[in-house]
Amino acid sequence: MKMNRYEEIWLMLSGGMLVIFMLITGYQTFALGMGPPSNKETIDPQKVDETAPFDNPGVFKTGENEYEVVMTLEVFNFNPGKIEIPTGSTVTFIMTSKDVVHGFQVVDTNLNAMVMPGHIQKATQTFDKPGEYLVLCNEYCGAGHQHMSTTITVK
Amino acid sequence: MNSTAIKEKKIKGSLKEKSQKLMGIGPEDAKLTKSYMAVAFIALLIGGALGLLQGLERAGLLQLPHWFNYYQVLTAHGVLLVLVLTAFFTIGYFYAGLSHTLGGLLPQVRKMAWIGFWMKVVGLVFAVVPIIQNKASVLYTFYPPMAASPYFYIGLALIVIGVWMCAFGAFINIAKWRKQNPGKHIPIFAFFATGVFVLLFFGSIGVTIEVLTLIAWSFGWKATVNVLLSRTLFWSFGHTLVNIWYMTAISAWYVIVPKIIGGRRFSDTLTRVVIILLVISNIPGGFHHQIVDPGMSQTLKFLHLFMSLSIGFPSLMTAFACVYVFEKTGRKLGGKGLFGWLKKLPWGDVRFLAPMIAMIAFIPAGAGGIAQTSNQLNQVVHNTLWVVGHFHLTVGTSVILTFFGISYWLIPYISKRVLTPRMNKVGIVQTIIWTLGMLFMSGAMHWVGLLGSPRRTSYTTYGNNATALGWDPYLIFLAVGGTLLIIGVLIQVFAVFHMMFFAPKGETEFPIAEAEEPEEKTPMWTDRWGLWIVIMLIVVSMGYVVPVVDLIVNAPPGSPPFITW
Repeated sequence: MKMNRYEEIWLMLSGGMLVIFMLITGYQTFALGMGPPSNKETIDPQKVDETAPFDNPGVFKTGENEYEVVMTLEVFNFNPGKIEIPTGSTVTFIMTSKDVVHGFQVVDTNLNAMVMPGHIQKATQTFDKPGEYLVLCNEYCGAGHQHMSTTITVK
Repeated sequence: MNSTAIKEKKIKGSLKEKSQKLMGIGPEDAKLTKSYMAVAFIALLIGGALGLLQGLERAGLLQLPHWFNYYQVLTAHGVLLVLVLTAFFTIGYFYAGLSHTLGGLLPQVRKMAWIGFWMKVVGLVFAVVPIIQNKASVLYTFYPPMAASPYFYIGLALIVIGVWMCAFGAFINIAKWRKQNPGKHIPIFAFFATGVFVLLFFGSIGVTIEVLTLIAWSFGWKATVNVLLSRTLFWSFGHTLVNIWYMTAISAWYVIVPKIIGGRRFSDTLTRVVIILLVISNIPGGFHHQIVDPGMSQTLKFLHLFMSLSIGFPSLMTAFACVYVFEKTGRKLGGKGLFGWLKKLPWGDVRFLAPMIAMIAFIPAGAGGIAQTSNQLNQVVHNTLWVVGHFHLTVGTSVILTFFGISYWLIPYISKRVLTPRMNKVGIVQTIIWTLGMLFMSGAMHWVGLLGSPRRTSYTTYGNNATALGWDPYLIFLAVGGTLLIIGVLIQVFAVFHMMFFAPKGETEFPIAEAEEPEEKTPMWTDRWGLWIVIMLIVVSMGYVVPVVDLIVNAPPGSPPFITW
């Protein structure tokens, strides 16, 4: 199998580029902890309200500038909604769905996760800039999907 | 069989092939492809019109009534364009090519393709009726636990089995040809067809298991369903399908376009290697649709980054091959200097212009694909309009414009008519309108997606939220693009049916380019499809055994059906 010299160069550059993508992604994931939300805990989707911690959804202070938000998603709202936290807080969202698949996207941040019935999803974000952040469901969930939103106010 | 008998058979076989090539397609094979094309372009017409409604709605210019709501329209748009248009076009196109390169379809194969045709049509009716009744507004990805009417899933199952009939028909025809032509390579076009049908069959096994489960679940025979497993099975098919369209498109880039511009095609061996690589590496690529899903570890997602990026490699080989052929042909035609050869290419020929723009579109489309498959970058754009912009560039432009370009010789070829200079002009105008429409629409979608605007959502300001209101100016371009695109659809559908029934009679050739010369002999190992399928299955096992077993063994209690629309 004979290859054109230029093609060899082109393919070496192409392969090199793909390797660089892998290296950067791997470094960010495993060294900097920037990997995508991938929590593996499960829950009975028909017993969410009776199962801790989702029997008591809310915003909880867990340390200096650290918060935990225990959140349930269902058609067509986030519980709790209208979250308020101080600037500079690191917030861990612990979420599950009580019905169909929902999305959890906080605009102007990289928070973006699928929230599924039967699975507990976790994502962490530090809010350094004050302001009102739009939270929306980005997985089609039914007739009122376009209304499923809330806000996080950082002040 | 003694040697004279073999010889006789060989002579008979090659005579049949030669006569086929000289006389054009037989009437029965032509009718088959014509029927497939008719369905494909009717699907384009309806699906395109629905697309316009969505664009107008999303821009806030139109309020759809509750009896014909946004999500119903979106479901139908997806099913008609993503499943019907592409499947019918791909099968019609490859069957015409198999008929041409293998000396006609075998009678039993033609029969299988017809059975497949009617199964798909019946399946389509089964799927569409519940959509119209608003009993299946689950979008074409139909993620459980949203539960559509069982008849919707039955329709999907029939469509898949119909596709399998065509896949096996193609295998039978190619196997027969190989038997009659010992020691010869599978003709390059049939080689592409083999790759496509292998992927169509093996790639759809997972989704078939999912759909059968959903049928039982939606009828109530099974109380709950494993949500994440269903999603994983869906995407094992979803991304393979994307690459089936892509492979169909590049079959034209490698084999057809060089002939149209008066050149020869790229190295036969390397072309075959690209097809083999695409087939082997494809199916596990689907995981990149689940990068922000729970229930899968970051380690698993990282390993799958390799699976997804490896599909990019044969595409980068293709990029080289296309430009190589263009430059070589342009120089042969007298092009001078670094870029002079570009001027020698037949830009005024729609059979070249449409696929050429398709290829150019694939440069940003492929780059965007590589970016958004890289885990953390995916998180930035997942389920935003960026993704919709991406696939309107890949499927909506790279693949569909290639299909349009093909139609300007394929429809005359099967109809025993010719492409007139006037129709060529119509095609050029159509191509330009389509390109502009996609530029507006896909460009705006990419941009507003980066700003955070979600996909698959009807017009909303989230209670006059300032951030969401800031997206509105960009969303207007969806309506502008959609309006241009529907004009493109109307012209294209007119062109197809005009060429099928009204264009002047005459002979049109099926343009297959000769390989480069002096051509090094293509090694026989390239034809070992049994081996490639085994390697493909090994790669699929590497990608899927661990996560699928994990999803089954460590599954949470399942979900009952929900109807939330």
